[in-house]
Amino acid sequence: MNKEISLTVNGEAHTVSVEPRLLLVHLIRENLNLTGTHIGCDTSSCGACTILMDGKSVKSCTILAVQANGHSLETIEGVSAEGQLNPLQNGFKQNHGLHCGFCTPGMIMRATELLASNPNPTEEEIRWGISGNLCRCTGYNNIVKAILHASATMQGLEPASTEPQFV
Amino acid sequence: MPVQQCRAWNRLPPNPSLFNINNYQITIMIQCKTSKEISGMGHSMKRKEDGRFLQGKGNYIDDLKLPGMLYMDIVRSPYAYAKIKNIDIEAALKVPGVAAVVTGKDLEKYGLHWMPTLMSDTQMVLPTDTVMYQAQEVAAVIATSRYAARDGREAVRVEYEVMKPVIDAHKALDPDAPVLRTDKPGKKDNHIWHWEAGDKEKTDKVFAEADVVVKEHMHIPRIHVSSIETCGCVADYHKVDNHLTMHMTTQAPHAIRTVIALVAGHVGLTEEKVRVISPDIGGGFGGKVPVYPGYVIAIAVSFLVGKPVKWIEDRSENLQADSFARDYHITAEMAGTKDGKILATRFKVLADHGYTDASANPSKYPVGMFSICTGSYDYQTTYMEADAVYTNKPPGGVAYRCSFRVTEAVHAIERITDRFAFEIKKDPAELRMQNFIKKEDFPWHSPTGWIYDSGDYHAGLQKAMDVVDYYGLRKLQVQKRKEGKLMGIGISTFTEVVGAGPSKDFDILGIKMFDSAEIRVHPTGKAIARFGTKSQGQGHETTYAQIIAEVLGIPAENIQVEEGDTDTAPYGLGTYASRSTPTAGAAAAVAARKLVDKARKIAAYLLEVSEEDLDWEPGKFTVKGAPEKVKTIQEIVFAAYTNHPQGMQAGFEATHYYDPPNLTFPSGAYICVVEIDKETGAIDIKRFVAIDDCGHIINPMIVQGQVHGGLTQGLAPAMYEELLYDEAGNILNGTLMDYLVPTAIESPSWETGHVVTPSPHHPIGAKGVGESPTVGAPPAIANAIVDALSPYGITHMEIPITPFKIWKALHDRGVV
Ligand code: FES
Ligand code: FES
Repeated sequence: MNKEISLTVNGEAHTVSVEPRLLLVHLIRENLNLTGTHIGCDTSSCGACTILMDGKSVKSCTILAVQANGHSLETIEGVSAEGQLNPLQNGFKQNHGLHCGFCTPGMIMRATELLASNPNPTEEEIRWGISGNLCRCTGYNNIVKAILHASATMQGLEPASTEPQFV
Repeated sequence: MPVQQCRAWNRLPPNPSLFNINNYQITIMIQCKTSKEISGMGHSMKRKEDGRFLQGKGNYIDDLKLPGMLYMDIVRSPYAYAKIKNIDIEAALKVPGVAAVVTGKDLEKYGLHWMPTLMSDTQMVLPTDTVMYQAQEVAAVIATSRYAARDGREAVRVEYEVMKPVIDAHKALDPDAPVLRTDKPGKKDNHIWHWEAGDKEKTDKVFAEADVVVKEHMHIPRIHVSSIETCGCVADYHKVDNHLTMHMTTQAPHAIRTVIALVAGHVGLTEEKVRVISPDIGGGFGGKVPVYPGYVIAIAVSFLVGKPVKWIEDRSENLQADSFARDYHITAEMAGTKDGKILATRFKVLADHGYTDASANPSKYPVGMFSICTGSYDYQTTYMEADAVYTNKPPGGVAYRCSFRVTEAVHAIERITDRFAFEIKKDPAELRMQNFIKKEDFPWHSPTGWIYDSGDYHAGLQKAMDVVDYYGLRKLQVQKRKEGKLMGIGISTFTEVVGAGPSKDFDILGIKMFDSAEIRVHPTGKAIARFGTKSQGQGHETTYAQIIAEVLGIPAENIQVEEGDTDTAPYGLGTYASRSTPTAGAAAAVAARKLVDKARKIAAYLLEVSEEDLDWEPGKFTVKGAPEKVKTIQEIVFAAYTNHPQGMQAGFEATHYYDPPNLTFPSGAYICVVEIDKETGAIDIKRFVAIDDCGHIINPMIVQGQVHGGLTQGLAPAMYEELLYDEAGNILNGTLMDYLVPTAIESPSWETGHVVTPSPHHPIGAKGVGESPTVGAPPAIANAIVDALSPYGITHMEIPITPFKIWKALHDRGVV
């Protein structure tokens, strides 16, 4: 028994007919072909599927597509124009905040809300803020740096050096 | 059964004021030979591959959709050891969208129900009568959508007759243990192999006569790489031209093509009919080296139905069924003098391989490089023996970001070294300094036959001690102990062995472990370079370009790097065991040098001088004594297509298959400082300083990133991760809810640095770095924790060291 839902994704309106049990992440990836949102687990643990729903970061594997009816979503594909990087994306690039890139879209979407609600977070606040997102590659140091970098840029401040600091 | 702790317990509020994080001078270690425009070695060039990943335009396996594609899901065994009485697929076939259900009996008709492992053991693809571990593949459901395939999976009814499994490796060789591998003719026990190195007689004698002998049993737990992307594939067979394109998450696409041809050649899939494409990989760490049954079933189904078949495992399947890592039970012993000279070591290993030996090791080394277990120390007497057994657990083991069992070896030697220091009441740093191999003694011949290429262990440890203010910390520790607080300092000074490897000793299924690079420079001076390796996040698209830029002087920005397509890339053995820089990176340098040789000939022709009259610096030739007479590499390349000397081949390309003369031996000195809360056992890592020696550094930013990531993957088994099974063989923590991959909260802020001793035999002096920290970190953490607990007579803790284990150890001793 499919159900028709309407939602906005990255500013574009969609009306789709879905099974009530369809996970939002599958709607995004399979029906809308926005494959930048990833799946890393089946227990809501990894955060690779994080998107924004009405500006709040949510794990899209934990929400049914029908629950997104009438809502506005933003995925990694919507945060900047193709070929351009927003301050967070640039922060990740400049500070080597990604290796394999699989966790990266989720991290960026989570960090987007983090900085919207707390534009000038401490390292500790960032670590707790992204603790619902797993990264297996980077050891997190540079993800924290990337978010601090974006925070500075977005406030019009000079970000810290992006050269690696060795002891 | 150990109890897993809650994440949040494990980190106390930071109190850095207690620790003097001194402003150690930040050193500029790297001298760049090339300009920033060229960005050869030493430049922290930002990564070329980042753009697509940052914009959600990566190309991972599950992003691939082909017309008419079917989806596969897998029915798995709930039991560790059982006879299959019946598989009822009727209900499943009635599920809307389900196209087929495949069982072992179906595959048996084509001889595809079994496959060889990389260690020349055998493994079921699908069982025909018996399941050997929980979560083993039992049947596959093929459907028109992911959801229909899952519905079909739920509808398959399997009747089992449960048998008593062998779970404890220590009991696998008991006379009354059931023989598990009855499929192997004549097999009478669960023993797989025995392996030894060193000199038993001499070692026993030294031990018998030594003043001091220490001994500990340690278990290096069964863990899982758990890359955030799981494994999967799209098998795409075209009947019309009898051709298979296999898109799959593999770290070794070329080797996989050969394996597919070996397994399925008899049904017509010979090697020229198979193309393996490894797209962007969301982390590998060794877990994407093996061939899993899911891949083979997908190929078989695509072959039979002539349509593309997608199989993507979910996280729980990945944790429960894909290759584990480690699971070595080790008895380590050290003999020495009262004043701290190490005289000999002895190691005994029991390796639990699960149902089959599906390790990813070089063929000649079933125990991997475990015999590097003599470590960084100067003594010549050792003996090690290892025995492997079958149990009813998933097969393996793979590396988990380490070079073939080096982590197990390093844990054993670094823990037993600390144990020795504790026994004779000597400072563990001083004991190490006393026993290190000296820098002038390289190349150094180890008692188990390795030839360490280079190192300066004293400088590494000294630097780590200076950075962390070692003696200041020891004073602080005395004071804290007086206050009844638990503080510990742990050291690990490890030697790794990577870059497998020289063809005389190293092969996988007979294929020598060389690797390759092919460089083609286009007429306008821009290049494409292809490799037999496959990045899974290591940044090859950037670092390989930098190596070529360093030698040729073509800007790294203008060098496109491609890997992972067996139709276009030269044959190579893939990326694991930190081998990419030592092998394919070397191949790139040598291929680029061949191009410089050709460029010299063309330049001499263009400038009308002899070759000897030319000076080269990356990017241009000048005439000796007439520096205004210049030909840039771009002009020379253009001439190679437009105006090349008569008799010379046109074009500008080179290929090299690099057979390393030796392995490389990266090393490191790590110091970890912990505080432990007595009442709860909670561990707080206050400092972690990692000084690595990976030889010459190609891209400092990427090397540091690799070290950070590796350290967190070293922290993981030290304090969090272990796959746990009950007596019936049920996995107790088979999801990411309870298998504790560290988050940003558990992971401390790592401090990293380097000493540089270039590898003397590597064309660019590099050694490889991706795994050193995973190898070196666990004993540093364990040593720090044991050091904190040592006033209570505690000499060893089994990793993962959890707050509960600490609390229990203290409680058992009446401390709390
Ligand atoms: S896929 Fe959604 S949390 Fe892991
Ligand atoms: S970059 Fe690979 S999981 Fe985060």
